[in-house]
Order: sequence, then structure tokens, then C-alpha cells
Amino acid sequence: MRLLSYFRGEAFQRGIHPPSCKLTAATPIRRMPFAPRLTVPLSQHIGKPPRPIVQVGQEVVRGQPIARTDDWLSVPHHAPATGVVEAIDLRPSARGPWTQSIVIRVHPGATQEDLWGEPRDLSGATPQDILQAVWDTGMVGLGGAAFPSHAKLSVPKQAKVHTLVVNGCECEPYLTCDHRVMVEEADPLIVGIRYAMRATGAVRTIVGVEDNKPDAVAAIQAAIDRARGTTTEGDIFVEAVPTKYPQGSEKMLIMALFGVEVPSGGLPVQLGMVVNNVGTLAALGRLLPSGRGLTERVVTVTGPGVARPGDYRMPLGTPLSFVLEYAGAPADSRQVILGGPMMGQSAATLDVPITKGVSGVLVFKGDDLAHREGLRTFPCIKCGECVESCPMGLNPSQLGMLAAKREYETMGGQYHLGDCFECGCCTYVCPSNIPLVQQFRIAKQVLRERAV
Amino acid sequence: MTATIEIRTAPHIRGPRTVERIMRQVVLSLAPICAFFVYQYGLSAAASLLAVTLACLGTERLFARTGSQSGDISDWSATITGILLALSLPPGFPLWMGAVAGFVAVALGKALFGGIGFNVFNPALVGRAFVQAAFPVSIAAYTPSFLPGRFTEFIPSSLAWPLMMPADNAAWLHAMHLDALAGATPLAKWKFDGVLAGAGELLTSLSGHMAVGPSPLLILVCGAYLALRRYLDWRIPAAILGSAGLTAWILFGFDAVRYPNPFFMLFSGGLILGAVYMATDMATSPVTPRGMWVYGALIGLLTVVIRYYSGLPEGVMYAILIGNAATPLIERITQPTPFGVGEARKARRAGTYPLHPSYISREEAGASAPKKRIFRNKPKRTP
Repeated sequence: MRLLSYFRGEAFQRGIHPPSCKLTAATPIRRMPFAPRLTVPLSQHIGKPPRPIVQVGQEVVRGQPIARTDDWLSVPHHAPATGVVEAIDLRPSARGPWTQSIVIRVHPGATQEDLWGEPRDLSGATPQDILQAVWDTGMVGLGGAAFPSHAKLSVPKQAKVHTLVVNGCECEPYLTCDHRVMVEEADPLIVGIRYAMRATGAVRTIVGVEDNKPDAVAAIQAAIDRARGTTTEGDIFVEAVPTKYPQGSEKMLIMALFGVEVPSGGLPVQLGMVVNNVGTLAALGRLLPSGRGLTERVVTVTGPGVARPGDYRMPLGTPLSFVLEYAGAPADSRQVILGGPMMGQSAATLDVPITKGVSGVLVFKGDDLAHREGLRTFPCIKCGECVESCPMGLNPSQLGMLAAKREYETMGGQYHLGDCFECGCCTYVCPSNIPLVQQFRIAKQVLRERAV
Repeated sequence: MTATIEIRTAPHIRGPRTVERIMRQVVLSLAPICAFFVYQYGLSAAASLLAVTLACLGTERLFARTGSQSGDISDWSATITGILLALSLPPGFPLWMGAVAGFVAVALGKALFGGIGFNVFNPALVGRAFVQAAFPVSIAAYTPSFLPGRFTEFIPSSLAWPLMMPADNAAWLHAMHLDALAGATPLAKWKFDGVLAGAGELLTSLSGHMAVGPSPLLILVCGAYLALRRYLDWRIPAAILGSAGLTAWILFGFDAVRYPNPFFMLFSGGLILGAVYMATDMATSPVTPRGMWVYGALIGLLTVVIRYYSGLPEGVMYAILIGNAATPLIERITQPTPFGVGEARKARRAGTYPLHPSYISREEAGASAPKKRIFRNKPKRTP
């Protein structure tokens, strides 16, 4: 009952509690070896793709820039391994269309140590210098959205930022990569937070972690205590927030921490806040002082039946087939999902590489899908479950009925379809098995096309 | 790994709840109520439950066959319709009339609209409204409960031949040394004879030979089970009972002689059954939380008004049907407020952290989040 959630003092209204299935929460991060060939798509983030600056046949060193850009909403790429550029042509991407990619044949026996880049001192750097340094690392939001980090950390002229919110919720079931990063890399995280605070001008930082990860909270608290006294740049706090999907949405996290709603259609910067993912800041904390680029990331490989599930630090561009082979995916796998089970994307082919925005690889077998496939679809019985679960306070029942009639304008105009961020709560709870969020995606796409 | 993989769209996991499961849980929670009904009235009640439910299931099957409606008997919704309809009819209701009621309930109340989810009115109440109009004498003919020998013989009116008028129960009651008044419901007794039953005995339905349905207390317990498992929304019964109780209480305070006390209003007739099981029918009640309160309040108010001021002793059925008809309108005006719209900046709950760090001056904080000023021209106080 919702009354109970009131007494538990839950952070935002509604939302759901899917089974967490965090199988790999206690497994330390391991390294994944190089695949024989790595594919680096030029477009693996929001914004324009950069242009390649290497030739086919050229030798590259791990960490060397291989694609560069002058476009603000774009990031450079770095060679994930030492080897030879074998091809620069179209390769399948996770989104579906084939995209321009750089294929690197890895030298056998190449080391995973980063050989490029020089350590530098950023202690006297201006915010602009730090943003430039962040841009040079090729960093994007590692939480899944893959929005260029330097653009996210840059504050518009008319706004003023006082608070940096660090998102360590990881509310998606199955995924544990942020959890392990918080436990094992709390010190780089604090370093990254310091840089982000200086870049944005924030005077305090609050790390929000879901309360099902007490060890992460403890690790970050210990790192804060260790770092205390080294600088005088304001306070860092770590805060446990209630475990609930979708707590990891930035609007929901701000609601949990401050009790305010980010205005509809607005950004947190309107409230003087910048939100960043823990994985992003921990990676920045390692990369910025050493002047290197982003060549690897932590990815959760999990799912029922995977022989060696765990969080792997894998080079960007590793093909899915290699990842699944290494982790021991079952032979009767039927579905491979990039990301979490609530918002992740099904991979169409195993030739797709791991990109900067992939936080998990989730494998489902036949038995896991059989239950879902056996369900009958009914018309909406108006039980109201979706209304009770929509974190944005929409009326998915009404929206679904309008979508069935293709009244997309009404959905957008009167029923606030634009506020839907496709968390999938409505489809998760729907007893009639109606593909609500899928219909909303189509509706939003149609509306976008009509608006152009 | 060489297996073929399939593409689906997110979300890739699903909650455990299905339509069949919801309906099955409702049927399950109705079982104790049915058992109590049979315990009260014996063979006739059991036969009535069976006949009406079978009529509903047969009709559902017939229309599912024609392919013109969604859902079929395996989703348990027709079973619920049948049981609720039988519980709302007098136990001695002729079986053939019960079967007609069941047929009309599913055919006119549900199949005509397109099946489960599309019906505008609660099917059980459509069936009951039809027989109320068609057989007004039989539907008013209640019999006393806990009669001796109720498990060995039928109430005479139950066994009327199809299309025949049922036998009058008065002679049968007389043979048991009970007067005809014993067969009147507490509401009818109050309305036509001015006799008021106590709230306590109404609540349990156990004392004496009262002509009442299953115990309201039992219905409330079963409803509470469903509400706790979240198979029905607690707001609708709460709103109905609250609004009916409040209206009755105000009128009682206004004129205690003319109007009965609010507890009599709440526990007599079908108000509890209607509030817990009939008004909460998902397809015909609003989905919006605020709409549920409005809908419930409307039903509660209408029930009391119909009971007090109309020629009928009972008003729950018409109140719920009017509430059903008003549902689309109620939904339209009670759409939920989206996150971040309207009172966006107002904190719903005290946050863990203040929105602005204390060491930022007010003017600077105002640069990003301007404070609303009620008096625009009020001079700013300088510290």
C-alpha cells in the first residue's frame, strides 16, 4: 500500500520495487583481456561524431587520440589498445544503423598499461582549464546517457551553481558497476569530485547512494574523512537515499535529497545544481592528473546462467561476442541487453562493441523469457497500477488508450507526454500486459518528426 | 556463443501481477462471504449462487465464441460478476430469474461494450437493475435468515418454473410461526414501518432471523485483505463510507427523529457490499487517485439521498450506476499533476539538505531560484 511508503518516508512519490537481483555486488572488479580486434565507433555519445585522425595501417599506442573534434557537443576518442588500425569503415552499432568505426587489430601481448599522456598539475587551473582537460579525456556520462561530461560540467553564464550532486543510486536491477566503483575507487572519486566542484564553482557536494549499498556509503565516508584537511574547497557529504526504482533519475534524486521538484522541462541547473554519475567522476579522478584519455570502463556482465558474472574493466570497443565468451554466457541465451533490464537496449548482433555509455551486459535464457511470453494481453482494465507507479505523475492508462487511437497531439498537449522519461514502470506493473512505454516511445518519436 | 538472439524493447522484466491473478484473488476473497451466505440461508442461497454464476459464465462463453469481445471465462471476471450478482439478490429469488439476471449482466453489461475493460457500468449491477425493473415483487421478497431446516428444504419461491410467477412465501413462513414482517429487510422496516435495527446486530447479521445479506463485518475484513494486498483501492470504500456516514450524521444531527442514526445507514442494506466490491470494479471506477475520492463521495451522498427521499428503500445500486456514468467526467477533471508542474518549487517533504547552502547569500541564491513574492512592490529589507 502507498500508505506504507508514506510512513517509510520514501523520497519521491510512486515508483516501483523490482527484485534487485544484484548477483555481482560482492565480486571485485576484474580486468578483461584484449579481444583480437577492437571496434571504436566514432559516434558513441550524444552529439556529433568526431573525425578520425589516424590512417588505415597506422600503428597506434594505447591512449593515443585517434579521433578529434572542434565541435563543443562532441568528444575525442583514444585508442583502447596498442595495435594497427585495420580499417575505418561502417560497422554495426548498438542503436541499429551501421556507423563509421575505427577497427584496431591488437598486437598480441600488448600491455593494458596506459602508455600515452603525461602527468600534469591542475592545482592552479582555472575552471576553463579543467573543462578543457575534461574534454580532452573524451569523457561522457558513464551512467548510460553518454552525454559529454565537459558540456554537463559547464555552467551557463546566467546561472550559478552551488551544489554538485553525485549520482550513485544505480537503481536498475542486476547492475553493480557503479557500486563496485564506489567501494573500490572511493579515493579517485573524491579527487574527481574536487575537480568537478572547481569546474562548476559548486561549494558543496552530495553523493546520493541507495540504501541497499551500505558498504559503498561506508567506503565513500572513509575516503571523505581521509581527504579532509587537504583542501578547503567546501564540503562533501554522502547520503543514503531509499532504494526504489527509478531513484537514479536525476530529478528523483534531487527530490530525495532536497525535497524539491525540478520544474517540468527544466534542468537541475535552474535550481543551482549539476548532477554527475559516480563512475564518471571516479574515472575523471584517475584520468585528469595523469593526462590520459578514456580507454576502458567498468561493465557489469550478468544474468541468470552466466558462468562467471562480474564487473569487468574492459577496453572500449571489445565486441559483445568476446565479452560473452569470456564471461561464459549459456549456450541457450536468447536475449542480450546492453544496460539494465528496465531501460537497456536489446543487442541485435554480437558484433556490437562495448561503448562509453554501456554500463551492463545482461543475458537472458529461454526460461527467463518463457513466463513473459506466456502472458495474455488484455485491454486496459483501468486498475490504476500505472498511475500509482509513474514517478513523473502522469496518467499512463489514459496515454495508452490515446496511443492506441494514435492521438499523439492530445498526448503531448494535454497529458504531458513530454515529461515521460521512459523508465518503464508502467509497463512493468501493467497486469493487462500492455506495452505502454513502447507506445509512448513511438508517440514521442512521431511528435518529434512532426515538429520538424 | 553462437545462439540466435532476439530483440525486444525495454523494460525486459515484468511485475508478477496479471489480470487473471487480480480476478482470482477477488474470487478467493469472496469465498468466505459466499460461505456465510449459504450458512444464513441454506440450500436456496447455494442454488442461487450456482445458477447465477453459471448463467454468467455461459453467457461469457457464448460471446467469447462469437469473437466480438475481449477476454473469456478463463480470466475469472464473469465469475466475480456472477457471485456479486447472486449476493445482491434475495436468497429466495427464483432461480430462473437469477439466470436471466446473469445473462443480462454479462450480455448487456459487458459483451455489448466489447468485453472486459470496455464496460461502462458494473455488469452485476446492470443485471440487478434489469431484474429490479422486470421482477419488482420477487426482488423485494426477502426471507428471514437462520430458519430451521434451511439445509434440507428450499425456500418455495426459489423453485418457480421458468416464466412462471413464484409461489408466495407468506404461507410457508406462517407455517413456521413467523409473521410476514419477518421477511422485510431492516431498511424496508425502517422506511415503511419505522422500526430501527441496532447497528451491532446489523454488523454481524448473526442475531435473530434478520432478513439481511452476509455480515458487513465479514465483507469489511475480506475487503481489507484485498486492500492490503493492493488488489482493490482502499480510497473508494473509504470515500463512500465516509461520505455516506457524514451525510447521514449531519441529517441525524439536524432531525434525530426523522432520520436514523448514521451507523444504521452504514451497516444496513447493501452499502458495505457495494462500497467494497461493486464500486471498486476497476473498469468502471476512475484511475486517478483524486478521482477516486470524488467518485466515492458522490456514491455515498447519492446512496443516502436515494434512501431518504425516494420511494425505494435501497439506493446503493443506482448510486453506483450513476457514479459509473460520471466516471469519465470525473477522470477528466482530476488528472494527476505531473512532477515539476504547478507547485513545482514547493518542497513536498522536508529534504535531507537545505536547497541552498547557508553560506550563499540570499541575493546570489535568488539568481538561480527566484523567490515568489506575494507583494510585488514591498520594499526589500536591507540587513
